[in-house]
Formats: sequence, C-alpha cells, structure tokens
Amino acid sequence: MRVLAAMSGGVDSAVAAARAVEAGHDVTGVHLALSRNPQTFRTGARGCCTIEDSRDAQRAADVLGIPYYVWDMAERFHADVVDDFVAEYAAGRTPNPCLRCNEKIKFAAVLDRAIALGFDAVVTGHHARLGADGLLRRSVDLPKDQSYVLAVLNRAQLDHSVFPLGDSTKAEVRAEAARRGLGVAEKPDSHDICFIADGDTRGFLESRLGSAPGDIVDSSTGEVVGAHGGAYAYTVGQRKGLGLTVPAADGRPRYVLSITPKTNTVTVGPAAALEVSTVHAGKPVWTGLPADFAGELDCVVQLRAHGETYPARVTVADGELVASLSTPARGVAAGQALVVYRPEADGDVVLGSGTITHT
Amino acid sequence: MAYLDHAATTPMLSEALEAYVATAREVGNASSLHAAGRHARQRVEESRERIGAALGARPSEVIFTSGGTESDNLAVKGTFWARRAKDGARNRVVASGVEHHAVMDAVDWLVAHEGATAGWLDADETGLITPATLAAELDAHADRVAVVTVMWANNEVGTLQPVAELAALAAAHGIPFHTDAVQAVGQVPVDFAASGASALTVTGHKVGGPVGVGALLLGRDVAVTPLLHGGGQERDVRSGTLDAAGIVAFAVAVETAVKNQQEYAARVGGLRDRLVDGVLAVVPDAILNGSAAHRLPGNAHFSFPGCQGDALLLLLDAQGIDCSTGSACSAGVAQPSHVLVAMGADDDRARSSLRFTLGHTSTAADVDALITALPAAVERARRAGVIKSVLG
Repeated sequence: MRVLAAMSGGVDSAVAAARAVEAGHDVTGVHLALSRNPQTFRTGARGCCTIEDSRDAQRAADVLGIPYYVWDMAERFHADVVDDFVAEYAAGRTPNPCLRCNEKIKFAAVLDRAIALGFDAVVTGHHARLGADGLLRRSVDLPKDQSYVLAVLNRAQLDHSVFPLGDSTKAEVRAEAARRGLGVAEKPDSHDICFIADGDTRGFLESRLGSAPGDIVDSSTGEVVGAHGGAYAYTVGQRKGLGLTVPAADGRPRYVLSITPKTNTVTVGPAAALEVSTVHAGKPVWTGLPADFAGELDCVVQLRAHGETYPARVTVADGELVASLSTPARGVAAGQALVVYRPEADGDVVLGSGTITHT
Repeated sequence: MAYLDHAATTPMLSEALEAYVATAREVGNASSLHAAGRHARQRVEESRERIGAALGARPSEVIFTSGGTESDNLAVKGTFWARRAKDGARNRVVASGVEHHAVMDAVDWLVAHEGATAGWLDADETGLITPATLAAELDAHADRVAVVTVMWANNEVGTLQPVAELAALAAAHGIPFHTDAVQAVGQVPVDFAASGASALTVTGHKVGGPVGVGALLLGRDVAVTPLLHGGGQERDVRSGTLDAAGIVAFAVAVETAVKNQQEYAARVGGLRDRLVDGVLAVVPDAILNGSAAHRLPGNAHFSFPGCQGDALLLLLDAQGIDCSTGSACSAGVAQPSHVLVAMGADDDRARSSLRFTLGHTSTAADVDALITALPAAVERARRAGVIKSVLG
C-alpha cells in the first residue's frame, strides 16, 4: 500500500512509520503544523507542536529513508478542535480535544487529502489494535491504550487506517526506537492539551471567553456557597479549586454536580450525588456492529479517557444511546465520549461510541 | 530521476571538485608566514584574481565570505551602519519587494533593531523594478538613504533587473548600490565594473562550486562596517580563516561558468523553452509567472490553478522529479511567496505555484520526464485542492 505516516515528532509515530516501512509499504511521512504561530504552542520536548517536534519528525523520517513533508492544518485545527473546545466548555460540556482531532483532523482532513493524493491509508502511532477483521481493539498495553479516543472513527475511516503499535507495550516501542537508531527513543511522553502552552486550561478559557462571574450553589440547600469567574471553567466531578466559602453541613467534600450556562451557575453537592446509573449519548457511531444498529445489547462502557469501565445494558433507538450501568459511575461529564466495548480475552473490542448528552 | 531545482543548488563541476580535493589535501593557513602558509595564500590570491577577472572586479574588490547570505547581510547592514555613522540623517534602506530573504530579513532587522526606515520598491506584474520606481523613491528621500539594494535576477521567477540603470540612479545621488547576483552569475553576463554597483553578492554553489563559500565584490571606496570581528583577513571587512580549498574550487567554478555562459544560456534556454511549451501543452491553464523577455535562461515558474504547490511537489517527488515551491518555509510550512504577492498575485495563485530550474547537467530527458508526469499530478492535486470529504 501507499501509506501516509502522521509523524508528530514523538517516539510512537516514529516507530509506527518504521514498522510500516518494514511491512513493505510505500511510506511518506507527514508532520501536521497545527499552530498558526508555533511560538504560541508549548515549548520544550513535550509532544507534538513545536518546531523542535517537527525537526524530530523530520530526523526520524530521514533515518527511515522516507519522504517527509509538513502539512499546514492550522486553520482546520483551530476551527474544528480549538474553537470547538472553547464552545463546548461555554455550553457547559467537557470536550476531549484529542478525540475531536482524530475525528476531524487526522482521520478526516488529513486522510481525505491523503486519499485524494493517491494514498491508501494513514498510519499513526496510536496504541490500539486494528486487525484484519476490521475491529478496533484495546492495546495490549492497557495503561497506554488509546482505543477510547479512536472509537469516534467510523467504518470508512477505520478502513483507511493502520495502527502498527497495538500489539506492543510502550516499553517495547521505546526499546525498538533505540534499536532502530531513532533519536526520539527517550523523548518524554506528551501530556496535557497541545494548544494550551502552560497547561492552564482555566486561564486559556478565560482568555477566550472572558470573565463571567456567577454563583456556586449547593444542590441540597440551594444556598450560594461560593463564587466563580466563569462557569465554563468547571468540570463535573471536580473537587479541587472550588474555593467554597460556606462549609458543607456534613463537613464532607463537595463536588461539581452540574454546570448550567443559562443561569451561569455551578452546582455542587456530595459525592453520592455524583453517582449516575443512566447515561444518555447522541451521535452514535458503530464499527463493531452494523452502522445502523438499533436495539439492546449487554456490554461494558467507558465514560472518559483512561477511566474505568462499567458493565452496562445499552439501548439504541432513534439516534440516541442509553446506557444503564450495573454499578453507578461518578464524574460523568456531558461532551465526553461513551465508548461501548465487547469484553474479550484477547482485548476488548470497540463496538461503537456516542457523545454523552446528559445523565 | 529528474533534478529540476538547480536554483536551489547545482551539482559541482568536476574540475571544481578536483581542485577542491587537491587543495584540501594540502596544509597551510593563508595567514601564516611560513612556507605552507605562503603556499595556501598563493592559492587564495590566484583565486581572487581569477574571480575578479571573470566578474569585472579588481582582485582587491573580492571579499571572500561563507556565501550568499553572509554577503547580503554584510552589504546591507555593513553599508547601512557605515553610511549612517558618517551621516546620521541617512537612516533609510531602499530595497526591492522581491528580494531574497537574506536581503529582505536583513532590512527588516535594521528596521526592528536599528531604527531604520525601509523604502520597498514595488515590482510590476513580471517582477521587474523599473528605474522610474527607484527614481521616484530617490526624488523623495535621497538625502536620507544609506543604501539601495536590488537583486540582479530573482531566485523565484527569474526576472532580470535593469541593474546598470538602477545603479546609475543611486550613483547620481552618491548612494551605495548593492546587488545580489547569486542567481545571475554564469547565467547572464555579469560585469561588476560595468554594472556601476558598489557591492555585488556571488556564491559558489549556484555556479558549480562548493556550498559554504562565496564573495562580496566591494568597491574599494565603499565603507562597510564588519559583521564578524577577528583576524581581519579580508580587508578588515571580514574575519575568519580563509577556506583555501573552497575558494580555489569556487574560483574554478566561477571562471568556468562565466567562460561557458553564452553557450550555456543558449542550450539551457532552449531546454527551458521546451519545458515551458511542454507544460503549457499538457496543462493549458497553467500560468507562466515572471517576464518573457527579461528572464534567467534556466528558470520556469508556473501557477497551476486549483492546485496547492506542496501537493504537486509531493506527487512529482514520488515520480522522481525534484522541484520547488520556490518560496521560503516557516517551521516547514510553505508560505505564500512574497515575490508573487509583490507581483500582484492573489493568495491562491501564490500557493499554487511551482518552480522548475535547469542547470548545467540538465537534459531533454529531464524536461520530458516532467511533461510526462505532470498531467496526472495536476489532476490529483486538483482533486486534493478542493477537499471534500471522500469518506462521508
């Protein structure tokens, strides 16, 4: 196949590209320029978006002996990921920008362009397995598994994707990079959100959305127990940084239960009130089931990245997905993905996903 | 494989390579007083004389540098500093809007860090700077201008500038005139004395010499403040141990290129015409950018409507054809060419452009390989240019 390897400058995508070369594919490396101004993105060797990362990717491509280009995706990235991120928070939801980037950039804008230019597939360094059966499975390295942020991909997108790392642990990938003479073997993993340079999400949102002071209200008493500078800065399940001025009656910690943009209110309450047993999600995408699947199924669901899984009965009807959890989950935030897995000894299979709308 | 990027760098001439290797085997610092030093100095000074003779300069007017970027910076900044030091009112740099980044960014730096003002000369739609444009600038600001710089030939679209006329205008006001002739030497006749320029940039690797060596031809009466301080090896204008091997090879290349220039221009110009005709035959809506009459013999530069230059480059690269989008990159991202924008092209036309440049090793087969591969590449790039999701 003629494949396009998306190369971030990190160790995973470098080894993924190397494996694609070794598998006999005709590989071209592409680094995505996502920032309008590289200086505004984070500095240092932290992941994907600096000039240094671009050079690391280029060096890896040169070591592998493959062509390397930079594709400017900054406009699309800002429209589809950054602006979406801000709008979702403004609407009281908690977005996952990595997932959105996969859905709209890597496996959409990039893949579309690749196919138009005559490539057959996009290769990435995601830790997930995509077998000949077309099913997406968790990586063998469960702590590094990225099937959650890939579960948003549809059948056509998966059919044009190659994930060469799913059968390896991160440690094995690093060792292989060193063996292959790739300089990024010891490069630290990327964390955080690539377009928030200093990791200060609240500050970033404030700079984009402005200050919008409002009340923090106790769910049981209705009493105002604190003030906030913008409801968008809060996430369901959050405990730290609330700055409550009125202690709880029972003296126990309180958590963000909900965000109501209409009234600019953040509601807090006890841990028990965070527990939800029913989760609603929209825009379902099925890759392990027929695309138009409707009906009931028993499965496990995951409700946030690197979160735990819950056995559940999922009902699908009229483009909505309702999951009844066998044990209650905490900190379920609208905007996150609900990913439906079928447990298997050889690794859970992604059946599909939806975007959580309410609980 | 078809190498169509000679304006980026061109293969070394075998006689230059041999001269390089022979000299590099010898020991000796041209500044040393002993026999080995004298020997190296002998090689360097012979080379200086050969370059001077080939380019219409006195040997003492040849200042060896590390190449085009250094020569341009030395000429622009060095002349500006020296001139302003003598006359504080001379705080203005006049440059064409189609300069190479080595000149353009040096001017921008003077504006940002030295309080200079810039007078950018507008190009016409072929990339040409008319003498009337410079005359108007000088009529308005001559008393404040420290230096005028206009390239001899444009590196992207190949447009040749009326250097002698422009230099004469500057000279009439007593203003030093620099020209970046990196793309011109060996392609068209270049005579420093006859041009009337005060300073002229030339570099080795565009004429079949090595990378990393070049020269600034600098009139003996032109004051220049150095960029590099040290041993003062080159007229106290440039410091650094002289690269005898590089300089010898550079001289061989310049001499050979200048000697062969007419024959070269006829042969390569013919190939270029074949390329232009061929491209326009297979992609009839392609637009030839630049000037028909005042053009480097090896340069062809097109816009391909509906395509993005970087997509075309990728597709042609995969077919073994090396070409260039012609414009500079920022963090690896191709920027719309400031040259095309200065010529009045819109953003789409600027982004859809590709440069093909021929040189001394080019053959008809190279041209034909491009013409064969181009239609499918353009068709694909057009499909990718208007990205609609093919995945639904």
